[in-house]
Amino acid sequence: MYAFDYQRPASVADAVKAGGADNRYLAGGQSLVQSMKLRLASAEKLIDLGAIAELKSIRKDGDRIVIGAMTTHDAVARSADVRAALPALAEMAGEIGDPMVRNRGTIGGSIANADPAADYPAAVVALGATIKTDRREIAGDQFFLGLFETALEPGELIVSVSFPAQKQAAYQKMRQPASGFALVGVFVANGSGGPRVAVTGAAPTVFRVPAMEAALKGGFTADALKSVAASADGLSSDLHASAQYRAAMINVLARRAVTAAGSR
Amino acid sequence: MTDLSNSPIGKAVVRREDHRFLTGSGQYTDDVMMHGQTYGVFLRSPHAHARIRSIDTKAAAAAPGVIAIFTGADLAEAKVGGLPCGWLIHSKDGSPMKEPAHPVLAQGKVRHVGDGVALVVAETYLQARDAAELIEVDYEELPPVADTATAAGHATAVHDDVPGNVCYDWGHGDAAAVDAAFAKAAHVTTLSFTNNRLIPNAMEPRAANAVWNRSDDSYTLYVANQNPHVERLLMSAFVLGLPESKVRVIAPDVGGGFGSKIFLYPEETALVWASKRVGRPIKWTAERSESFLSDAHGRDHVTKAELALDKDGTFLAMRVNTIANMGAYLSTFASSVPTILYATLLAGQYRTPAIYANVKAVFTTTAPVDAYRGAGRPEATYVVERLVERAARDLKMDPAEIRRKNFITKFPYATPVGLTYDTGDYDATLRKAIEIADVAGFPARKAEAARRGKLRGLGYSCYIEACGLAPSNIAGALGARAGLFEAGEVRVHPTGTVTVFTGSHSHGQGHETTFAQVVAARLGIPMENVEIVHGDTGRIPFGMGTYGSRSLSVGGTAIVKAVDKVIAKGKKIAAHLLEAADTDISFENGEFKVTGTDRKIPFAQVALTAYVPHNYPLETLEPGLNENAFYDPTNFTYPAGSYVCEVEVDPETGHTRVVRFTAVDDFGNIVNPMIVEGQVQGGIAQGLGQAMLEQCVYDAETGQLLTGSYMDYAMPHASDLPNFTIDNCVTPCTHNPLGVKGCGEAGAIGSPPAFINAVTDAIGTDELAMPATAERVWRALQTGKA
Repeated sequence: MYAFDYQRPASVADAVKAGGADNRYLAGGQSLVQSMKLRLASAEKLIDLGAIAELKSIRKDGDRIVIGAMTTHDAVARSADVRAALPALAEMAGEIGDPMVRNRGTIGGSIANADPAADYPAAVVALGATIKTDRREIAGDQFFLGLFETALEPGELIVSVSFPAQKQAAYQKMRQPASGFALVGVFVANGSGGPRVAVTGAAPTVFRVPAMEAALKGGFTADALKSVAASADGLSSDLHASAQYRAAMINVLARRAVTAAGSR
Repeated sequence: MTDLSNSPIGKAVVRREDHRFLTGSGQYTDDVMMHGQTYGVFLRSPHAHARIRSIDTKAAAAAPGVIAIFTGADLAEAKVGGLPCGWLIHSKDGSPMKEPAHPVLAQGKVRHVGDGVALVVAETYLQARDAAELIEVDYEELPPVADTATAAGHATAVHDDVPGNVCYDWGHGDAAAVDAAFAKAAHVTTLSFTNNRLIPNAMEPRAANAVWNRSDDSYTLYVANQNPHVERLLMSAFVLGLPESKVRVIAPDVGGGFGSKIFLYPEETALVWASKRVGRPIKWTAERSESFLSDAHGRDHVTKAELALDKDGTFLAMRVNTIANMGAYLSTFASSVPTILYATLLAGQYRTPAIYANVKAVFTTTAPVDAYRGAGRPEATYVVERLVERAARDLKMDPAEIRRKNFITKFPYATPVGLTYDTGDYDATLRKAIEIADVAGFPARKAEAARRGKLRGLGYSCYIEACGLAPSNIAGALGARAGLFEAGEVRVHPTGTVTVFTGSHSHGQGHETTFAQVVAARLGIPMENVEIVHGDTGRIPFGMGTYGSRSLSVGGTAIVKAVDKVIAKGKKIAAHLLEAADTDISFENGEFKVTGTDRKIPFAQVALTAYVPHNYPLETLEPGLNENAFYDPTNFTYPAGSYVCEVEVDPETGHTRVVRFTAVDDFGNIVNPMIVEGQVQGGIAQGLGQAMLEQCVYDAETGQLLTGSYMDYAMPHASDLPNFTIDNCVTPCTHNPLGVKGCGEAGAIGSPPAFINAVTDAIGTDELAMPATAERVWRALQTGKA
């Protein structure tokens, strides 16, 4: 780890004032601190968001659930409000990493990092979530731009993520056996805007599968997806899985997710 | 005979060392802090293969806190030698193996990613690390030679003095007899496979702290190591040219080794040498990513194996061709692993009358490869047990039946590959395993799984291994450059408490408990009165350390022999005190007795008399009660067992779960069943790790290590494995007084083929590479569909 300065502001305004340049926000530290230890990442100053109370809340807002950026995965998994309104999201959060990661890692940190194999991006896109920052609101579909790349501007801070309640949704993933991250993860939701299928782990960034969504419009059942193959074009091929295998697993996991969602 | 009714032998005594390990009181190398401590960081090669044009250390030397920087040139100037290899193998043509130089720091060339280029010594670890980044090395990149199968004859030579990269081309067995048997065989089963390369991943990374003592120009090295005397001998006599008496090696608490801490490594050698230059102690503890790059790796074979059978399934002959990867340099015992510890085990548990193995060892631009839990025997067992299972399928025979039909049943049995098994009952372990695994109920479980859309499979593995390394004369004839005995000293204190000094080393095995059980039982004294000391060349006699599941059978026997000398001398003292003849004294339950009378005195009184010899036969007997013994076994020991693995495959994803695992081992007599079970549990987890998950991968194009962290190298987690059912059969070893065989590696040896045999049974294919990742299983199923 290279040396860095450290600041622990108490408000979003103070945090944003300190942000930008070579300074970095520190949320749960589950990715950033590891990269810093390996000297793959560095920062002039770390702005620890841990003391900002307003970022740590889960609240109902009409038929939406608004989750503060510094809410841990464990808190999301255990929240009665999330479990009632968004059972698929609670289950997904409860399967991220391991207990240590879930006790430290946060929703804001996860989506800001935009790891290609993180779970949250699939939920954000499939559920049509909205990301609120210190300066604007960004639609989930517009948020993830590429490998570790988001729509956030330098110094922009995620404040909360707002999800519409959606019972008919489910997430299925296959873990990469070394890291535990998603080798392929598929989040399906049958929301008011129609069915959505979002895939993580399989490409540089989360993506939707329009052919599957179209097929599910005719009937939200696993059988509707049986002959809808996902294309291997553009999918990742690496040590852990080929693009062809990932494509095949998208179909398997999507069908299983639809079955799980349908049984709610 | 000692009365064993109150004996701790055979009891699941709680490990006395665990309290300190579990409460953070262990003293590991990194816990050792010396006055004036400095820290060392190694600059490592980022390239698989490159010529070093120049190294500029100017900026680094001026960085804050830097005390000194050393490169290969400094070591060459000081005439520091290369690291030696401990086993000489001769090729078929009689020529000795190629032993290219293994420099402590790179000389002119780097040969694998992570090869040491410079040592930076600074006041703090971070200062050393920062300074290392300021060293400018001008590399001329050379093509890597990363692939085992194609290294031989490769246009690029890893070592300029070994064109073609072949270390040796070794043959073992009667090739003509094998050819003749194949010619008349009714059936030949052939398999080609790799034994995947593994990274050891001991929980404690390698570490060293080297201290030069100004007062007497001597050195003390704290090091995470499995055999401190071997480390000292190799480093002092062969590399640094120091008398052993000036070097003390202390391997304190060591957090696992699995073989990877047997060897003399460049890092600690450089540290010892540099400690005098610097005049201050230097500590280095590997970061986990350094461990991935620089610990000696394991396995890495490419093999074609054939088994000739008659029409009834009787084995006639076996032919094995293996290419074994040595990595960039010959590590301490690298050359013996794919030869002496591999080809000699190819008979397995079977009466195969003729066996021939050809092993070609190659150099590559990868980290050195050496012994890793099982060392050669897992590779041999994988060959034999995959072939046997495949042959059963070819001949439509029951896989248990074909094994039973070919089992060795009469002992001693001389195999055609040079070993003589002293005892065993292979049918008994197989029968018991089949019963516990409920093989009879398997068809019903398979049908039930099928109703859930899952594929169930069952696989066997009947392994044998050679442990207790071994008769020094035989090993010497086979190329060992070291003896393989063990030493023990029993120091009885005046009040009858005992300190035992052993050449064996405990780095997780629980010797402090097991050895104390053995000594307490033999002397009839409470275990609390027995202290076990290991791991310090300043205290223990010259011994060979711990590897190859040898500690109890060889180290324990040395201790028993020393204890027996104590008892023999005690009898003489007791005879004097009891006014009887030596020959009339017996020793039972901690008391010396005049046979046939009630006249007796306790062990403690004899001990006191030995040190307060007021009434003592000083004319004929020295005072004191302190004996040592060296034990060189007459044969290897042969642990064996039968494993049954049951798996369930999800055919849509290829994801495979082990649902049942049964292990029935024959380790001979068992001193502490809890410790033995722990060894088997861990061993099986490690073996299943190899079969299901672990693989070390170097990129063929760049020679970069692709699996350089836990993000990419998959270790088995508890959640990947079921509870294993473990049981034993006992045929005591015939040639050591404890009747023990060794248990440390069996699980890792026996489990991989059991798993692969089970998965291939489930999915109906014969070709499946380790690790059987979900994608590999899925692909095998797709091929089956096509």
